[in-house]
Amino acid sequence: MKKFLWPLGIFIVLLAFLAVGLRLDPREVPSPLIDKPAPAFDLPVLQQPGRRFSPAEMRGKVWLLNVWASWCVSCREEHPHLVELSRKKLIPLIGLDYKDESRAALAWLGQFGDPYDFSVEDRDGRIGIDYGVYGVPETYLIDRDGVIRYKRIGVLTPEILEGKVLPMARKLQQ
Amino acid sequence: MKNRLMLVVLPLLSLVACVALAKEAPPASDDPVTEAHMMRLAEKLRCLVCQNQTLAESNADLAADLRREVKELIKSGKTDDQIMDYLVERYGDFVLYDPPFKPITVMLWVGPFALLVGALGVLFARLARRRKAAGQSSQGELGAAERRVVEQVLGSANNDDKQNARRPGGAA
Repeated sequence: MKKFLWPLGIFIVLLAFLAVGLRLDPREVPSPLIDKPAPAFDLPVLQQPGRRFSPAEMRGKVWLLNVWASWCVSCREEHPHLVELSRKKLIPLIGLDYKDESRAALAWLGQFGDPYDFSVEDRDGRIGIDYGVYGVPETYLIDRDGVIRYKRIGVLTPEILEGKVLPMARKLQQ
Repeated sequence: MKNRLMLVVLPLLSLVACVALAKEAPPASDDPVTEAHMMRLAEKLRCLVCQNQTLAESNADLAADLRREVKELIKSGKTDDQIMDYLVERYGDFVLYDPPFKPITVMLWVGPFALLVGALGVLFARLARRRKAAGQSSQGELGAAERRVVEQVLGSANNDDKQNARRPGGAA
């Protein structure tokens, strides 16, 4: 009897490992930036020519930095959720328009609605590299001290927004 | 007269066009030494967009950007270690094809060897047990029942031999 139980036991363990492995998203690489200060930048604001923005201006506030681009297909999927979020006015939402052209970006916002307080332009993707961006859209939750507390790679679904990002933001805002 | 002027102007114009074109095409490599250095590093780095390719192999946009970044870091005099650290700070250990030995990667490095040692342990334990079992039956005393069986078999074999011997040509 023991002879048959051994392979069965090994098989079940293997099955458990595979089941967990299949559920993991290989794109979700743990970011080394969590609990580190958000990298500084000074970029032109897309909607207001001549104005520039740097994350230091957001000191004392909990805010979201959302990396997007008009060429990014998944961003289109994410966009309605962001528009919905901006209507509730729960948290400042700033866009980082990644490797995009101003005209295309503005047209895109015109077509689908602009959920952002404003967006900044990272035309050559250099700031994206500082933030470890590799799959647009990406979203960062940054606390009062300018520290990145959470990072989402990929679409910010309502489940993640309601279940993770907003509760975390609320706690940080207290 | 007009025609002759054109004969002079046209080649000149085409020359200008050539120069303009030459300016537009970027040089294949501005600095072959830096390029080779960068490629050597890029082979040790993972492209995060297409995760099974190195930074050197990948055609993804981000890979091109990161290659440019690495090239600039080389030019600014950074050492290889500093460049690797720069990328790890942003993208984590995952960008390295050779992950460092850390508490979180212990299983990765030690796991296969632990498994091998464990498997060898089980194998030797089993072999030892089998050898012990085999040794017992050959060296140990025969039980009464076993002895009877052996005698019976040997006895009948002896009888067969006698019968065969009595019958001429029986063995053939």
